[in-house]
Amino acid sequence: MFESLKGFGVTFGTMFKKVVTEEYPEVKKVTAPRFHGRHQLNRHPDGLEKCVGCELCAWACPADAIFVEGGDNTEEARYSPGERYGMDYQINYLRCIGCGLCIEACPTRSLTMTNEYELADDNRQDLIFTKEDLLAPLLPGMEQPPHPMRLGNNETDYYVNGPQLAKEAGQ
Amino acid sequence: MTIAPDKNSTELVVPEGHVKLVIDGVEVVAPKGELLIRTAERLGTVIPRFCDHPLLEPAGACRQCLVEVEMGGRPMPKPQASCTMTVADGMVVKTQLTSPVADKAQQGVMELLLINHPLDCPICDKGGECPLQNQAIAHGRSDSRFHEHKRTFPKPINISTQVLLDRERCVLCQRCTRFSAQIAGDPFIELLERGAQQQIGVAKEKPFQSYFSGNTIQICPVGALTSAAYRFRARPFDLVSTPSVCEHCSSGCAERTDWRRGKVQRKLAGDDPQVNEEWICDKGRFAFRYATADDRITRPMVRDAETGELRESSWTEALQVAAAGLLAARDANGVGVLTGGRLTVEDAYAYSKFARIALHTNDIDFRARPHSAEELEFLSGTTVFTNPDNGVTFQGIESAPAALLVAFEPEEEAPIVFLRLRKSARKGTTKVFHLGQFTTPAVEKTFGTLLACVPGAEANALNALPDHASDVVELLGKPGAVILVGERAAEIPGAFTAVARLAERTGAKVAWIPRRAGERGALAVGATPNLLPGGRHVANTAARTEVERTWGVEEGSLPANPGRDTTGILEAAANGQLSGLVVGGVDPFDLPDPALAEKALAQAGFVVSLELRPSAVTAHADVVLPIAPAVEKSGSYLNWEGRRREFGTTLEGTGALPDCRVLDTLAVEMDADLFTQTPAAAAADLARLGEGAPSGSSLNVAAPLQSPAGAGKAVLATWHRLIGNGSLQVDEPHLAGTARPVVAKVAEATAQQFGLETGGYVTVSTERGAITLPVETDDLPEGVIWLPTNSGDVTVRATLGAGHGSIVSVSGGKS
Repeated sequence: MFESLKGFGVTFGTMFKKVVTEEYPEVKKVTAPRFHGRHQLNRHPDGLEKCVGCELCAWACPADAIFVEGGDNTEEARYSPGERYGMDYQINYLRCIGCGLCIEACPTRSLTMTNEYELADDNRQDLIFTKEDLLAPLLPGMEQPPHPMRLGNNETDYYVNGPQLAKEAGQ
Repeated sequence: MTIAPDKNSTELVVPEGHVKLVIDGVEVVAPKGELLIRTAERLGTVIPRFCDHPLLEPAGACRQCLVEVEMGGRPMPKPQASCTMTVADGMVVKTQLTSPVADKAQQGVMELLLINHPLDCPICDKGGECPLQNQAIAHGRSDSRFHEHKRTFPKPINISTQVLLDRERCVLCQRCTRFSAQIAGDPFIELLERGAQQQIGVAKEKPFQSYFSGNTIQICPVGALTSAAYRFRARPFDLVSTPSVCEHCSSGCAERTDWRRGKVQRKLAGDDPQVNEEWICDKGRFAFRYATADDRITRPMVRDAETGELRESSWTEALQVAAAGLLAARDANGVGVLTGGRLTVEDAYAYSKFARIALHTNDIDFRARPHSAEELEFLSGTTVFTNPDNGVTFQGIESAPAALLVAFEPEEEAPIVFLRLRKSARKGTTKVFHLGQFTTPAVEKTFGTLLACVPGAEANALNALPDHASDVVELLGKPGAVILVGERAAEIPGAFTAVARLAERTGAKVAWIPRRAGERGALAVGATPNLLPGGRHVANTAARTEVERTWGVEEGSLPANPGRDTTGILEAAANGQLSGLVVGGVDPFDLPDPALAEKALAQAGFVVSLELRPSAVTAHADVVLPIAPAVEKSGSYLNWEGRRREFGTTLEGTGALPDCRVLDTLAVEMDADLFTQTPAAAAADLARLGEGAPSGSSLNVAAPLQSPAGAGKAVLATWHRLIGNGSLQVDEPHLAGTARPVVAKVAEATAQQFGLETGGYVTVSTERGAITLPVETDDLPEGVIWLPTNSGDVTVRATLGAGHGSIVSVSGGKS
């Protein structure tokens, strides 16, 4: 008799507590700022890719989720400052455990993580994100590669004075 | 049972020619003249090094291997480079393990090397397998004390179409320059400038032209030299390394094939002291994309009866059509088999057995190139029974007092043989004589003597050697002397007879060095008109019975008469004496008469082609069966020494079938059992046969008398270049760029006679066609013109229908 009253008491008490139910997907939850979400391949201010295809992310990955193949920039088709760019870049989100070691490994800060967490699908193919899916969107002032280096004469200009040169170029 | 060593016997015994020294407190006995760094290595102490390489002469360039040395109780004032110092009696050496001085010196050198080394490991091809990176991580400081600007150079520069040089990364170890100068003999790459600006470079307008340039990339201890073909393709941790054997020439070099996701990314030289030491040629290293060419045939094809075009079919259909067609052709006038020279031993064996059991014929020949009956007699009498125990070997060449090269251009035809010749000639061990037409780079680089003669007159020259060059004959009479005969000898009447006579007279050993990897193996397994496997002659009843018993076929069922050779088969097919052809990997344009080959393929009633890529053969074939390239199958090659070079499958599970499997299934359709389902099964079946007894050869072909060429005519000298239009070199633009310039060569006097200008053009023609190309003068005999056989636009056999020793018309200028 006393036990059942105690039980109802819990129900009654809960009515005055804060609701924990998420209204997902109507209301999307804002994550912590450093939440490990989907990866992004960043660009230089003129739109060239930061990725140099070095595969250090693939090397660091404990889940073997990343595949990279480098390529050779030519004068006709330039995707990144310097000699080398990431010709093929794939992340398999069925394998990725979101640990972020790839981000730490990246020598050019090309690879970072966004807060996007909606990474579910009903087939394997769509969960292997390719370079097109991962590249950061073109911001104003950016130009879709391939194109020549707009901010300097060589990669050193990009790495050492990138933001400064972008400011001067009015971007 | 282990017996504890007696306390009193721990004193090390020093044998004759050895010294005793102490390294890190451990007493060690070393042969006199051994370098300290190697002695330490034998003890298990690895002293860091960059410039030291066991096959190159010591240089002491990088200073990374510093150790503390004490001689006769007195320490040397400074740490010494252990890669240049030889051992001495009573030496006391302390490496970085026991000496803080050596350790500090090594760390100092490492810091110095890194001062100007760029931090571009992420984009460097060497990253992950870089000795500098490894040693910097193992022994270097975690941060640099150097904060000034690093010295920079424009990067990278192409020193050839294949090799790229990044001077910023270079640590000036000079491995590349020493390799080029000492091993390859192509000193196109050198140290330039002095002091901080010191750098590796090439002369202006003179690229790094060497058939061995890829080796410098492999031995570079940093990423200063990289190849255009492998540039940025992969990282060492992506790659699976499989030991393999080179499929390009008859040397059978050990290689390491690195592949990623079912695609070969690069090939590296394997380490085999008996064969290729640690070097391979650029063709073996860079020519592998033929297997992934876009036009590779992957499905069987059958010629559609209605449209007359090839259409893809199932294996079942293709095999049924092929079997029915071959059975009909066999019962009509018979079927000939042409196997080409690129097969593994197992595949060639399958062809050999297929011809005998399923087609009941001896009309089979592996020689998809100019050939002669004399050559066949020589090969089946002597060469087929040679092996590394009784014949010439690479190491035999190295210790030979003299080597006579007959119709053999080592650098172009068997580059590793060339390296051995150069190695021993450089040491002064071997005196090299080239019986050829002009002073080729190989003659110079082997410090050789040219015995020049008119093409086709090599046999006369050999017969005249005792009279005109008695010193050569005397040297060849010394024990260990060798005579190396190339495939071109088949185009010279009497050459093999003359070689055999000379060998008999002098006692020199003879080796036949073909150009293609599969020729020696095909000979051994009887892919010839006159031999069964193991060198057994088809006309020998006892030998035939032995083979019949082992194969489990009815006695007396094997054909007893020697068959036709390649030209004979083609002639018979062209005039209807043969009703069908089975062709595996033959390029008709390598044959002595490509026009005859085309006619034969077109006239033959039924043609089955086993091919990798569309060719002139598949264009006429009724059934095309796709087969596996070397990387997708296992097997073995027999190199020119007769050494078995086994290799496993590199790329598993591609579904491509080796020739032996395809033929086995085809034979089953024809109601015959080959038992060659897999290369292993074929090898086991072959092993059961063993070797037959030598029947001896009766070579007696007289050297022809040379008649003058006539006005406006010249005698053609020609041989294949290493890098040219070979069908295994497709899709390799970077490699093709390193080919030697395509020029004709004539003597100064001949040029004047025909009115040719240096730097001008010459037109060489026969009734078949004409070739125009630039001309250069060289030291050829008068009235002789040399052309590369198959390079660039120059296709001597296809265009001229001519060969070595043919008479051609020569005129100046463009026609």
